[in-house]
Amino acid sequence: MIDVINLRKAYGSTEVLKGITTTIRQGEKIAIIGPSGSGKSTFLRCLNRMEEPTSGSILFEGRDITDRKADIDEHRRQMGMVFQHFNLFNNKTVLENIMLAPVYLGLRDLRRLKRRNRLVRLRNLFHGEKLPLHPIETSKARIREEARENALRLLKRIGLEDKANAYPSTLSGGQKQRIAIVRALAMNPKVMLFDEPTSALDPEMVGEVLDLIRQLADEGMTMVIVTHEMGFAREVATRVLFMDGGNILEDDTPERIFTNPRHPRTREFLSKVL
Amino acid sequence: MGNFDKKLERFWEVFIEHGGYVKVLTGLQNTVWIAVAGLAIGILIGTLIAVVRVMPKTNRLTKSLEGLCVFYVGLFRGTPIVVQLLVAYYVALPLMGINIPALQVCVIVFGLNSAAYVSEIMRSGILSVDPGQMEAGRALGLNYRVTMMKIVIPQAVKNIVPTLGNEFISLIKETSVVSFVGAADLYVAFNYIGSNNYEFMVPYLVMALIYIVLVAVAALIVRQLERSLRKSDRRH
Repeated sequence: MIDVINLRKAYGSTEVLKGITTTIRQGEKIAIIGPSGSGKSTFLRCLNRMEEPTSGSILFEGRDITDRKADIDEHRRQMGMVFQHFNLFNNKTVLENIMLAPVYLGLRDLRRLKRRNRLVRLRNLFHGEKLPLHPIETSKARIREEARENALRLLKRIGLEDKANAYPSTLSGGQKQRIAIVRALAMNPKVMLFDEPTSALDPEMVGEVLDLIRQLADEGMTMVIVTHEMGFAREVATRVLFMDGGNILEDDTPERIFTNPRHPRTREFLSKVL
Repeated sequence: MGNFDKKLERFWEVFIEHGGYVKVLTGLQNTVWIAVAGLAIGILIGTLIAVVRVMPKTNRLTKSLEGLCVFYVGLFRGTPIVVQLLVAYYVALPLMGINIPALQVCVIVFGLNSAAYVSEIMRSGILSVDPGQMEAGRALGLNYRVTMMKIVIPQAVKNIVPTLGNEFISLIKETSVVSFVGAADLYVAFNYIGSNNYEFMVPYLVMALIYIVLVAVAALIVRQLERSLRKSDRRH
């Protein structure tokens, strides 16, 4: 599904990623662990080009997304991202946060379709043989209504439907992060990227967020998680990448990484955090 | 204070009986109009400049646009507004062969001048918004422009309302120089009343009071606006 080939990223003269090559298959749940500054967040952020790779390529379903001509916004719609600091839109209510992107894209697609139909009609005026119009089965109101229903369904799923009209500033960290997750889900992404989703949370709220991520994993969502929650990585991940100094030092099943790490650096790191 | 009573009486005479109040009302209207329309133009152009200046500089077009904006801000912040008015009215517009009324020239010049200041205010406002907001929008597949318009700028505006209010108050006061190009503002009105009988004490005193009231009202409006914008900070 995602092929990363010799990915490098440098800020000035400091190289943060020193040639990452790996493949992420459909349905895999990959946990990336490693000390801070090892490049794990940078690697994750390169996957949807929140960071611009210096060299190398990333193929998503066969298409190279590092290509300058690639439609990066289209790519990002298929890849949900959850941030350490939630990043809910502060000027929007919870419901608006979830609806914003789907409604915007729905309306944009509708506009494009209508524009194309106008061109077809114009062309039909001058040609004997008529081209059919593109069928339009939706309307502005319907797009909004559907996005709203979907948003409410997602909120219900996480038990926060009563917060639909609240602003983010009134919510707890755990609530914010769960809403950030369903906001990403509202776009029906094929992959979810989690960038230390529980690192900014109070300890008592970590559980509720991990539970939601675990549910998604059980439903078969492909996901890449940068995390410091070793227990969670071990339980949920199908594969664990250990990164240090801009390289993947070890890439194995959670059992083997956590019980019998081969690389001395992995052993050293795990002995400190476990 | 018998002398002052007499001056007051004379002022009143001109103000009411010689139609002085009509001039004052026109002047007041023009003053407010130049300040309000100037600020509106300033916010519009200023926001555009601010966005250009915070945009990631990836190609030659964005770089040269930035250069243009820096030049613009330098130009309008580097010269006094009186000079700008005089140059616009007596140099630039005649050279271009354009003939428009002084009041409109004032609105435009005050707008362009205010744009330079608003752009800096807006730029700091945009920079004060957590970069995570832009990232979240982009990560959802919204493009730079849409994220800017729907997420970042509304939050930036909320942060800078008090500073924009300051700019508005400065504008109100700066309009007192528009008589340099012959626009009829409060100064012109009270000067007319004063020169009617060479008594300037009361007219200028009243003029000062009107400016104070005007600024107080502006400050009140800004505070109300600020309060209503703060709603998203706490509401359940």
